[in-house]
Amino acid sequence: MSGHVFHPGHAELHGITVVVETSGSLTYVGRYDSEDERGVLMLDVGVHDATAADVPKDEYVRKSAKFGIRSDHKRLVVPAAEVTRITRLGEMG
Amino acid sequence: MPYNPALVAPMRTEVTRLGAKELTTAAEVDAALGDQKGSMLVFVNSVCGCAAGNARPALALALKHSVVPQQVVTVFAGQDVDAVARARQYFGEYQPSSPSMALLRDGEVVHFVHRHQIEGRSPQSIATELSAAFDRHFGAAV
Repeated sequence: MSGHVFHPGHAELHGITVVVETSGSLTYVGRYDSEDERGVLMLDVGVHDATAADVPKDEYVRKSAKFGIRSDHKRLVVPAAEVTRITRLGEMG
Repeated sequence: MPYNPALVAPMRTEVTRLGAKELTTAAEVDAALGDQKGSMLVFVNSVCGCAAGNARPALALALKHSVVPQQVVTVFAGQDVDAVARARQYFGEYQPSSPSMALLRDGEVVHFVHRHQIEGRSPQSIATELSAAFDRHFGAAV
């Protein structure tokens, strides 16, 4: 991370497209907006459910990096207790 | 809701002064992309400061490269809604993203730069990759 904040007053990842991995079966890809005690607020979010998807998570992320995100939700909060890792999608292409 | 046109005007000019033809209606997009021949770059402009603020200067730098697309056109996301929606129909399986850049050859997308490939990167870094894509897809040997 560069430490550079594009929007003063916001978190470093504000506006950045990220992959949010969780302790459950769900992985989220979308724009990071903010984070508080409830969780991570994301915008224009695609969701991969490992229990139901046709492709493995890594393939889903790889396709999202190459072809973009097929948005399932305009806004979504990932519960803080479930978040295990947040990575920039740009680092995973 | 679109931003104030006066606020957006400098962002449009930053691209059109590079020689990009601005497409503001679906009909204009169809006229430019409908039977597209040769090489073209479609720049999907955006108000977003953290990504578009680097994408526009990156485009300016890349267009100084020795190999460049024959045509450059631009649509403005969140402003010229119909034009952007129509342009995206020409991008095949690539999902909507703004800012973004599509390189087309004879109507086919041969390279796509998504917003997430722009975020947090310097204009120089983005331009270097874009220039490499110009060489790869539009170079003399192609």
